[in-house]
Amino acid sequence: MSIRDNASVMAAALANKEISAVELANQHYEQIASVDKNVHAFLYLDKEGALAQAKEVDKKRAAGEKLSPLAGVPLALKDVMTQKGVPTTCGSKMLEGWRPPYDSTVVTKLKSAGIVILGKTNMDEFAMGSSTENSAFGPTHNPWDLTRIPGGSGGGSSASLAAYEAPLAIGTDTGGSIRQPAAVTGTVGVKPTYGGVSRYGLVAFSSSLDQAGPCARTVLDAALLHQVIAGFDPKDSTSINQAVPDVVAAAKKLDIKGMKIGVVKQLAGDGYQKGVESKFNEAVAELVKLGAEIIEVSCPNFEYALAAYYLIAPSECSSNLARFDSMRFGLRIGDDGVKGAEEVMNLTRQAGFGREVKRRIILGTYALSSGYYDAYYGSAQKVRTLIKRDFDAAFEKCDVLISPTAPTTAFKIGEKSNDPLAMYLNDIATIPVNMAGIGGMSLPCGLAEEDNLPVGFQIMSPAMKDDRMYLVGGALEAALLSKWGKPILDFAPKLAGSK
Amino acid sequence: MSLNYDQAIEKYEPTLGLEVHVELNTKSKMFCGCATEFGAQPNTQTCPVCLGLPGALPVVNKKAIESSILIGLALNCSIAPFSRFARKNYFYPDMPKNFQTSQYDEPICVNGFLDVEIEADDGMKSFRIEIERVHMEEDTGKSLHVGGSTGRIHGAEYSLLDYNRAGIPLVEIVTKIVPNTGKYAPQVARAYVAALRDILRSLNVSDVKMEQGSLRCDVNLSLSKIGSGKLGTRSETKNVNSLRSVERAAAGEVIRQANRLEAGERIVQETRHFLEESGQTRPGRSKEQAEDYRYFPEPDLVPVAPDAKWIEELRKTLPEKPAARRKRLQTAWSVPDKEMAAMVNAELLDTVEETVKLGADPTKARSWWLGEVSRVANDRGVLPTELISVKDIAQVIALIASGELTDKLARQVVEGVIAGEGSPSDVISKRGLKVVSDDSALMKAIEDAIAAQPDTAERVRGGNIPAAGALIGAVMKATGGQADAAKVRELLLKHLGQ
Repeated sequence: MSIRDNASVMAAALANKEISAVELANQHYEQIASVDKNVHAFLYLDKEGALAQAKEVDKKRAAGEKLSPLAGVPLALKDVMTQKGVPTTCGSKMLEGWRPPYDSTVVTKLKSAGIVILGKTNMDEFAMGSSTENSAFGPTHNPWDLTRIPGGSGGGSSASLAAYEAPLAIGTDTGGSIRQPAAVTGTVGVKPTYGGVSRYGLVAFSSSLDQAGPCARTVLDAALLHQVIAGFDPKDSTSINQAVPDVVAAAKKLDIKGMKIGVVKQLAGDGYQKGVESKFNEAVAELVKLGAEIIEVSCPNFEYALAAYYLIAPSECSSNLARFDSMRFGLRIGDDGVKGAEEVMNLTRQAGFGREVKRRIILGTYALSSGYYDAYYGSAQKVRTLIKRDFDAAFEKCDVLISPTAPTTAFKIGEKSNDPLAMYLNDIATIPVNMAGIGGMSLPCGLAEEDNLPVGFQIMSPAMKDDRMYLVGGALEAALLSKWGKPILDFAPKLAGSK
Repeated sequence: MSLNYDQAIEKYEPTLGLEVHVELNTKSKMFCGCATEFGAQPNTQTCPVCLGLPGALPVVNKKAIESSILIGLALNCSIAPFSRFARKNYFYPDMPKNFQTSQYDEPICVNGFLDVEIEADDGMKSFRIEIERVHMEEDTGKSLHVGGSTGRIHGAEYSLLDYNRAGIPLVEIVTKIVPNTGKYAPQVARAYVAALRDILRSLNVSDVKMEQGSLRCDVNLSLSKIGSGKLGTRSETKNVNSLRSVERAAAGEVIRQANRLEAGERIVQETRHFLEESGQTRPGRSKEQAEDYRYFPEPDLVPVAPDAKWIEELRKTLPEKPAARRKRLQTAWSVPDKEMAAMVNAELLDTVEETVKLGADPTKARSWWLGEVSRVANDRGVLPTELISVKDIAQVIALIASGELTDKLARQVVEGVIAGEGSPSDVISKRGLKVVSDDSALMKAIEDAIAAQPDTAERVRGGNIPAAGALIGAVMKATGGQADAAKVRELLLKHLGQ
């Protein structure tokens, strides 16, 4: 067993007592110690808490207690989820040093499943960005090429998987923040149906779009983690009170004969890198070989998805981020006993928020202003309805829809940081899924011939039919693995110091 | 030369609008499980949700929805099959999220009315107050600005924040404009708040204690020149905290606005604060530049869509309307208007009714509670029911009716119960207050009296009935006042052949 193994392999080794959870955690901490100075996937390591949890799992296993399938397997947690007593920064100066007094529901579920949380991963500030360059604590580097971005906002989580710093990670996805990082790092990332995983303890960026989900190196590992974190939560009014589809069984099934798979016409062409399109098409050919029926579908309103998203998400964020006011927690600037509360609030928000966050707060504040509300927020909501209708119509004809996850492979750090619109275009294929509240998965489908960097393949499934994307993803992954002869990450150049 | 109220009202017609905030008496807050008890140590009834900590999410309190629906039904409103919460965005230190979660353009109840009566110059006069909406929202925290002269945030040295109140469920009841009340506007405003308070109390959805802030009223008032037919600019007098203040605030605004208009000045649209001591208002925030709250639907909550069946079930549980109940009891007990009003004002209607339910005569029950007991209660600054129970008063009244106590003895019994000597029976036996009703014991005293005053007895025998007084007095004296004088008289006269 090695840290390059998949989570399911590690889980089996733990169950067979070939390795203890403490040893496994320590091996990962060693890897982090040797590679993370270059990758910078982590913002905080909770060694003490993780080893205590690992020890507990080992003790229970020694006592013959029944444990959940992933007990003892390490995990990296995106720094946007609260974990009691562990610093949670959301990649922002605003929250530097804040230790939440409560666990998010996802963390509660991870803990009770015996999963060992190694630490908190880097992200674009408050999950706003597509490159992790907007982190107040410096960018994360893509393990495939350290001069490139790992995607965002969850670049830290995906990079930690690609760098073998953790076999599992939690991400959150508002417009693609799980899937796009997965695509550019050659890993798997899933955004479950909105309401499928509790948002309680997920520091909100855009409440109606945010969704936490699993990140892993294989579809099955993602399914195993999905099963742990999903389910109804009375603390989240928007969580869905329905049984979680059996995603693990779906990931293992590998049989997609006769399934109808729709290629979205609008998610191709202009702006899509040539190598991305060719790898995507090769994967589609694999699906055909597996007996799936490929149908071209048209979703004409997807054209407006990006514009509508950049009204809805900033509007909600302008309100969600109002609570960062220095009064009860986090950063406080200018409290000299002379300045008033209002001035201290202003100074704190000026100093605490980065440029992209401020840009979106200003955008959203403007879009919600009286006199503009109908034209901006109101129209965007209408577009959202139209996008939902496009999906509904497409799902009448198809079981799942597919597209490239991101239009390009990983770009260079700094390349787009002064061009917000170019940056926003990275999420053009992932945003419609959030707008409609359905499920989306990204899995690697090859290396683009121009740059030898991983390409992401997106599978979209109807609301609460998350099992379908796991079914198709699992089968495609198996077909590609046998075609390549080894996992895609084995094609990546070896990181300095990596085991 | 400034106008007084009567002069002002001759020239100007007031238009009212009333906004009442009611703190519901749910055990937990609007969006979290925190306790709502009044007067707890600051910041002890808080959690990540009501402190607005990052990541926390609201969940609607079902009991609060139930209470809101009950209020809507009692005010003759339609209950919306689908309503939503919105976010009202503004920054203030005592508002944890810097937005208030409140219903906005989709309230839970709309279009109701409440009829109120006032005492006009020519008898009782009824007004229908139309209700525009009833909506739910959460309260903010409480700020205490220390230092500085005004108690306001500007000029304060520092401020203390208590978030116990943050997230307490509030219901806001907003009237449509109330026109054509003329000079009665202040009385109508008061009567409306009083009637609303009674309804809320009968529904048991709020403590409705104005002095503790669980019922707060904003009085909106504008004047238009009589005959002009044009509504004037209104002022909003905030958080008026007693019925009397509601009336005074409305009257005060009539005078203030009339005088401004007379002087050729314009009325500024603003909030004003009521000053308890002077009965006047002072200016608060100007509303000339409408604040932009950037309302939008609260994405963290699903819409409130109460089941029609549930609404009908709640409708069935509505108690009798307080005004109707008052009329019914007044007729049943034959109480004159004035006494009825006294009983209602003293808030003793429930107590008297409970006493009557235990078999007491309504008039007796009323006179005990409003008389003797209220007098002591007022002296001590407590509620009558804190001094003695309904059951004890009912028992005392029953003992009088059966002749076991005289009125005079009964007063001593009640005095004893209030003094903590136990139940009426305890006091009777401890103090030996039983009426001497044993005929043979009385006969002995009567015979003794006759023997001691033979001449007087002879006069009575001869038909001089009033002369019996002296004999009765002697018997009463001999029995230590514990005999029933009427009974003594009856036995004595019979004994002397009368």
